[in-house]
Amino acid sequence: MATHWSTVFAGARDTSPLLVGVIPFGVIWGAVCVGAGVPEWGGFVMSLIVFAGASQLVAVQLMAEQASLAVVIVTALIINARMFMYSASIAPHFKGMHPLKKAALAYPLTDQAYAISITRFNGDTNGLNKGAYYLGSAALMWTAFNSSTLAGAYAGAFLPAGSDLGFAIPLTFIALVIPAVIDRPSILAATVAGAVAYFANSLPYNLGLLTAAISGIVVGYTAERRQNHG
Amino acid sequence: MVDMSQYWPVVLILGVGTYLIRYSFILIMDKITLPNAFHRMLRFIPAAVLSALVVPGVLLHEKGVAPFAGWERAVAALIAVGVAWKTRSILWTIASGMVSLWVLKAVMV
Repeated sequence: MATHWSTVFAGARDTSPLLVGVIPFGVIWGAVCVGAGVPEWGGFVMSLIVFAGASQLVAVQLMAEQASLAVVIVTALIINARMFMYSASIAPHFKGMHPLKKAALAYPLTDQAYAISITRFNGDTNGLNKGAYYLGSAALMWTAFNSSTLAGAYAGAFLPAGSDLGFAIPLTFIALVIPAVIDRPSILAATVAGAVAYFANSLPYNLGLLTAAISGIVVGYTAERRQNHG
Repeated sequence: MVDMSQYWPVVLILGVGTYLIRYSFILIMDKITLPNAFHRMLRFIPAAVLSALVVPGVLLHEKGVAPFAGWERAVAALIAVGVAWKTRSILWTIASGMVSLWVLKAVMV
């Protein structure tokens, strides 16, 4: 077990620089909730249950605009639909684990825990306990996001306006995407996805993100096939 | 203001739905065999999805105004991309981007 704990710790350690982006995000979320009339503990409980900040922000924004229940849920779920792809991508690494363990590991799957773990899993994994590594990453993310949610709910009103802390969120994704861009097909995938996301942003129900991601994946896959076939 | 009688149903349904999305392939991967092409596509997921999250987040920040209204963000993001490429350090990437944005805004006022 001792080695497992050191692997859990390694996952948390590799994830820790991301807290610079996660904590402001949690704080912003907590503050937005209170601003929209949700009680302090209400935003915290939503973070515990849903644990997907971007979709939570959009859901609360839509509810504040008096959108219908169906619109709120469908829009928020479409934002989280990218996790289908994370689930598919990380699933081979969880293969053969106890079903209960897999069910538990699914709950804290986030952009960050996914990206950090998959980068590690694609490297030298000789003797690595993948579940333990992922758990360390996810547990740190979970603790940081939920505690900063609480902090934001109770202290958000004191945040200086216009300090641009929200910019730490796209910066986090930049830090995560660069290690995934390793060759020509993946550069193409990232470029096409970014461009499509820009031009498809006005698509209804946030379908732009999914359209962009699928375009990038298909282009990357096609480019790789061309490369391999000469 | 958010209607709390709507809030809790949303929290529960969104929570269950999001969990099922996360669990989906982790649950079924052991039971079914997916085509080889599917597995080869998986490798492009991080690059494509993360890039699709970044670009609108940086360039379309100021909703409803001219596309490049938040150009300081675009420049700061480009600097961060360069730093990420060179250093491969998450911390330096975020720090360089934040500092660039603050400096650009301070200089341009």
